[in-house]
Amino acid sequence: MAGYTRFEALETPFHRKHGWPSLTETSPNNSPAIAAFGIDKSFGATRAVAGADLAVARGEIVALMGANGAGKSTLVKILSGTEQPDSGRIEVAGKAVAIPSPHAARALGIATVHQQTSQAGAPGLTVAENLLLDELCSGTAAAFQSPRAIRRRAAEIASALDLDLPLDQDFAELRPADRQLIAIARAVAAKSSVLMLDEPTSTLSAGEAERLFEILNRLKAVGIAILYISHRLGDLARIADRAVVLRGGRIVGDFPRPIDFQAAVGAMIGRPLEAAVPAGTAQAVAPAVLSLKQVRLIPGAVPFDLDVREGEVVAITGALGSGKSRLLKALYGLEEFAGGEASLAGRSWKSDGPAASIPSGVYMVAEDRWVSSLFPSTTLSGTIAGAISFPHLRKWFGFGVMNTSRERDAGRNAVARLGIRARGPDDLLEALSGGNQQKVVLARWQAEPCRLLLLDEPFQGVDVGARADLIAAIRGTQKGAATLIATSDPEEALEVADRIFVMRDHTLISSGDAHRQTSILATLDEVESAVTSGTQP
Amino acid sequence: MTDTSLSNPVAARPRTSILAIARRSGLFVLLAAMILGFWLAEPAFINVNNLFSILQAVAVVAILGVGVTMTLAVGGFDLSIGSIAASAVMAASYAMVVWQFDAYATIPTVLLVGTFIGLINGLLIVRVGIPDLLATLSTMFLLAGLQLIPTGGRSITAGMIMPSGETAPGAYDPAFLPLGRARLWDVVPLPVVIMAVVAVVFWFLMERTRWGRVFYAIGGNETAAHLAGAPTRRYRLVTYALSGTLAALGGLIIAARVGRGDVSSGASLLLDSVAAALIGFAVLDARRPNVLGTVVGAIFVGILLNGLTMLNAPYYTQDFVKGAVLVGALALTFGLGKRG
Repeated sequence: MAGYTRFEALETPFHRKHGWPSLTETSPNNSPAIAAFGIDKSFGATRAVAGADLAVARGEIVALMGANGAGKSTLVKILSGTEQPDSGRIEVAGKAVAIPSPHAARALGIATVHQQTSQAGAPGLTVAENLLLDELCSGTAAAFQSPRAIRRRAAEIASALDLDLPLDQDFAELRPADRQLIAIARAVAAKSSVLMLDEPTSTLSAGEAERLFEILNRLKAVGIAILYISHRLGDLARIADRAVVLRGGRIVGDFPRPIDFQAAVGAMIGRPLEAAVPAGTAQAVAPAVLSLKQVRLIPGAVPFDLDVREGEVVAITGALGSGKSRLLKALYGLEEFAGGEASLAGRSWKSDGPAASIPSGVYMVAEDRWVSSLFPSTTLSGTIAGAISFPHLRKWFGFGVMNTSRERDAGRNAVARLGIRARGPDDLLEALSGGNQQKVVLARWQAEPCRLLLLDEPFQGVDVGARADLIAAIRGTQKGAATLIATSDPEEALEVADRIFVMRDHTLISSGDAHRQTSILATLDEVESAVTSGTQP
Repeated sequence: MTDTSLSNPVAARPRTSILAIARRSGLFVLLAAMILGFWLAEPAFINVNNLFSILQAVAVVAILGVGVTMTLAVGGFDLSIGSIAASAVMAASYAMVVWQFDAYATIPTVLLVGTFIGLINGLLIVRVGIPDLLATLSTMFLLAGLQLIPTGGRSITAGMIMPSGETAPGAYDPAFLPLGRARLWDVVPLPVVIMAVVAVVFWFLMERTRWGRVFYAIGGNETAAHLAGAPTRRYRLVTYALSGTLAALGGLIIAARVGRGDVSSGASLLLDSVAAALIGFAVLDARRPNVLGTVVGAIFVGILLNGLTMLNAPYYTQDFVKGAVLVGALALTFGLGKRG
């Protein structure tokens, strides 16, 4: 800890004024772009990071793997200046530094692209203005900025990265994928030498992810050090030079290329990974629970048919905006079909909203659980038990008066059955990790008899360990119920489903009736190429 | 397994710390200290009549505060309650003095007027889609003006001259006045009893029934509540109707206490009841609008003002004191309350 002061952190912007890239080119030594030694951080009695060492060299992409709660986010927060380590040393280009604030991190050339892309820029400003946001807000910018000059400089930044961005569009109108590119472009515009990305592909389609990988490889080529945090093994296999595995706040594995992901995931969850192939295939003879005939999702789309049978898990994969979510929403009564017939257990099915669907046993887990499903601790439904009971309040407490032991029993049952990591049913949702929150949302809909369970991106922000539990729980849904899953990740679809369909332009383009293939990778390629081509019409 | 405790931040959090206890009971400790302090400084403070007069003074604010609590719970805000209460004072007076209603017709009429205005608020918000604050701000102005129109801007008393030049025929029904003035067993003022009943009923509704769950859930995450099948629009509509009804009830109590329809009645009611609801966030560390907290908050401010008045603090310091209490309570809720 000795030997550095905050002045060194403040020195850098002064140097940087004299021309970029002071950090990447003028440092003569071969020390890594960023290195952390013996980082320790405790919250109360919890040791979130316990003596972690991590180094990323210039032009290297390091994957940081770890289950939720392993300390990934804390480590990233320490390196990006939002948390202060209790002890340990951080070096940037071989020089010991302190990172007392996010501002200091930026000044040191450390840029972070967060999972929440809504914070990647300022709504109300154009894309061009957002690209120059750091400069405009720096306090050293010229007082007068002409829109034309801003646009010109923004265009330079975009073309340097070979990005095709709608420069005059309002940030608020952008899709997550474009917002993320802006966050990256901002980092590059600020002449960062270290780029940290937290779950960057969680909201992207396969095609958009591909574009992101290209850009990251380009940044790598100019010598930027990249720390890449993701749960998606497919992404990591594509892009990472090295995988560092974090568990219980410690580095438990460091896997150079070619990365043995089987071993890496084993290190991450602390036990060997079993083959992730779900057992049992659909009984083709079982009666259809859901049956769609000549359904059009939007006017002008090609109509399609779909049957989902009892006890079956069907996954629909496809790019963002291909219509997967729209199909689920229409079945749940949040949207209307533009044509065709839907029937549920033999009867014509049309719902005018969740309040009508739920009593019929049609349940939906919408994407983005914090927005769509969970409640903050300032409500009475902010606990595990409260979240599970909420849709069933009328059924469970018809008289109106709450009997909390009933919902607490349901909560306790869910904690035990799904392996939710919590002390009990009264734990706050806010204190749970993403995977455990998702288990609570699933448990909510398994607490009552179900006919059709609709899951939209059920594995969003869920670590590998919890994902296996979720898959088991989804596949163990009650007898007589059918499950329909929308996911943009073909691997997830393969892991969980009996049959997989690919959706593109609001219609099903592949009939997944072929049974599960023995070679997962072959199917994966097939589905992935279909998804990727879906984004590039 | 050691890494269970490591990766589960909840398990390690100490369940009771001094800070947590301070947060939970901070306001009660302050309340006790305040009562003790005023008692020592002025022994007459602890007199039963004085204590009930404090409760009587805060009854209307507490009742309106319960309405504020409801609207805050669903994530809204009702700025019009002060105006609704003032309009209720005028409506009650007009009904009796001009239309010659008796007490038994006046009370339900005025309550229904409050419900009706609340429904209009709700419809503006839920159907038309105006944001809560703006919709109720508009109704606030609308009512502030509307209550003056039938009487040509005059206060309403028996024998008043109407804008048409005639003399108003009726007077306050003597059976109406006890609503604000009667004392049960010669001790407990009727408004205090009404306040207690309102508090218990709404506390039960919000904390112990499934409907309470839905009210809070809508305020916490309306999308999630809707997707889980709750009729969120209907709940918000009902909330504003209840808030309007409670405000009208408060207005009735004021009318019965004052015995005339003053144009300026209810001037500070809005801010006082909002303050009570916000102070209530800190009670028992609830960090959310809650009925019990609101009533405690109203009583807290009432005791403070009463004690200071007894100690001859000038009246013009009152708002300053209220503001200071509010800042302190909010700091307790949001500042000290930060978790982890």
